[in-house]
Amino acid sequence: MKPVLLIDFGSTYTKLTAVDLDSEELLGTAASYTTVQTDINDGLNRGLALLEEKVGKLEYTETFACSSAAGGLRMVTSGLVPELTSEAARLASLGAGAKVVGVYSFQLTEDDIEDIESLRPDIFLLVGGTDGGNSECILHNAKMLAEMKPAFPVVIAGNRSVARQCKRLLEGCEVYVCENVMPKFGVLNITPTQKQIRDIFLNRIVLAKGLSRVNSLLSDIMMPTPSAVLQAMNLLAQGTEGEIGIGDLIAVDVGGATTDIYSIADGMPRAANTVFKGLPEPYSKRTVEGDIGMRYSIHGIVEAAGIGRVAQLSGLTPQRAEQLINYLSENTETLPGDDQELRRLDYALASLAVETAVMRHAGTMEETYTMMGQTFVQSGKDLSNVKQIIMTGGSIIHNPDAAKIATHALYSPMHPASLRPKQADVWVDRKYILAAMGLLSVHYPAAALRIMKKELEKNGFTE
Amino acid sequence: MEENRKKVIVIGVIGADVHAVGNTILYHSFTEAGFEVVNLGVMVSQEEYIAAAIESNADAIVISSLYGQGELDCQGMREKCNEAGLKDIPLLVGGNIVIGKQEWSEVEKRFKAMGFDRAFGPGTDPAVTIAALHELLD
Repeated sequence: MKPVLLIDFGSTYTKLTAVDLDSEELLGTAASYTTVQTDINDGLNRGLALLEEKVGKLEYTETFACSSAAGGLRMVTSGLVPELTSEAARLASLGAGAKVVGVYSFQLTEDDIEDIESLRPDIFLLVGGTDGGNSECILHNAKMLAEMKPAFPVVIAGNRSVARQCKRLLEGCEVYVCENVMPKFGVLNITPTQKQIRDIFLNRIVLAKGLSRVNSLLSDIMMPTPSAVLQAMNLLAQGTEGEIGIGDLIAVDVGGATTDIYSIADGMPRAANTVFKGLPEPYSKRTVEGDIGMRYSIHGIVEAAGIGRVAQLSGLTPQRAEQLINYLSENTETLPGDDQELRRLDYALASLAVETAVMRHAGTMEETYTMMGQTFVQSGKDLSNVKQIIMTGGSIIHNPDAAKIATHALYSPMHPASLRPKQADVWVDRKYILAAMGLLSVHYPAAALRIMKKELEKNGFTE
Repeated sequence: MEENRKKVIVIGVIGADVHAVGNTILYHSFTEAGFEVVNLGVMVSQEEYIAAAIESNADAIVISSLYGQGELDCQGMREKCNEAGLKDIPLLVGGNIVIGKQEWSEVEKRFKAMGFDRAFGPGTDPAVTIAALHELLD
């Protein structure tokens, strides 16, 4: 037996997962409250004790951890044109597992700088201009940032012609220079920036957020939790050298405050009469809906989908639904338990959270008639041929209706333009192991893949 | 380094026009002539030309239109460029830019009144456009 311990320091819970590398089996999981404010070790030790009750005393050969504690990795980005370099910066940050708390375009103003000061990001991503393109904007923004003497690191990933100049302007601050996120028009190059963000996260933020106190325990790797989930999803989709994955997929993580969507798929147009518009999409894409969540962001779901649909799906009257929603928004710790009303309401809310978030993540296809006949204009990712949906997140994995909730990620005639999967298999992450498997996959991808295939509960085909 | 910078031009076919062949020919001709070409392809909106020109710090925008609706599609382009800070960026347009056979001098006049620096009729040799670009940019 070769036991490995995987830790996910969350904002409310520390989740522990023990696996055996020899048998490629999940040994057990445990969770306890996170206590970054006092000492993160308290939560960890309680979790370890709980885990020991389940799996017995083990000598872990290695320990790996990821973290979204203390607000996660908070980032602010600034670019030039909103749909181009600004969007590239946002995509890069989300894909690196960050929580993007501010996105700026064009020249930063004094007001913007004040806002940024109060946002106090962990990292600032400064981009703008293609290589050899516009340099005015990024230089201006570097100057504005320099004046506020940022206490946070700045990653420069814009027009390479002036990268050095930007660095000089920001002298005395912690500055990193990366390749341009959009070196040429329509070319997305976000991997180097994401690697840099992760390095900074390891070296600086982990220390700042009190996680270093447990460092002695850890063998290796610290990454933001969403980044670990994205790695797990990449592995599950693509497989390893010796074993195939399950193919293109979408993963849905409905939380209390936000809903994260991951898609691992090319998503480019498949027909010759389809014209693609906008920035090319990353193969591994993550989006976060900050207004869609089961408790803290419960009103966002209602705003997006309408109380009528909540009532329709839950079978409650709109008045009753509204009453309960107000109650849940104030009593965020409430679990439905055996309360039939709350269970039906939670089902409706989760379904609409999935529908809204996947619709915002997926691309759209519009049909137009030109002089040459019927033409299609696609923007964003075409996920209509994706055949696997992974459901995760605390509010879903304990719900017996998880597979039914997942159907709301699929194509619907109500929104014909939205390029969501036509039909798919649903896998439910009942034991909440995706982040842990992402961590494990860094050194042991084959084991991580097999454990995921074994542990994810396949709920059959959904149309 | 700045002196060696190639002139950057943004090209594409405007509006609901999907004629892709001429666009590809222009892309190769302009590239061979030494320009850095940002090709937006077909069905390009005014906003897309402008966004691409801002990011790439373009020296000129060359708009193609083959389906007769060019006059409608090009309206307001100069004003939008000015609004977006691309004041005085050279705007060139060419192709079957109006409906039917019309007196070319009249057509040219109308496009110049719209703020275009050059307008070219059907069947213009890319060399003519390249010469015009040099004239405007060198």
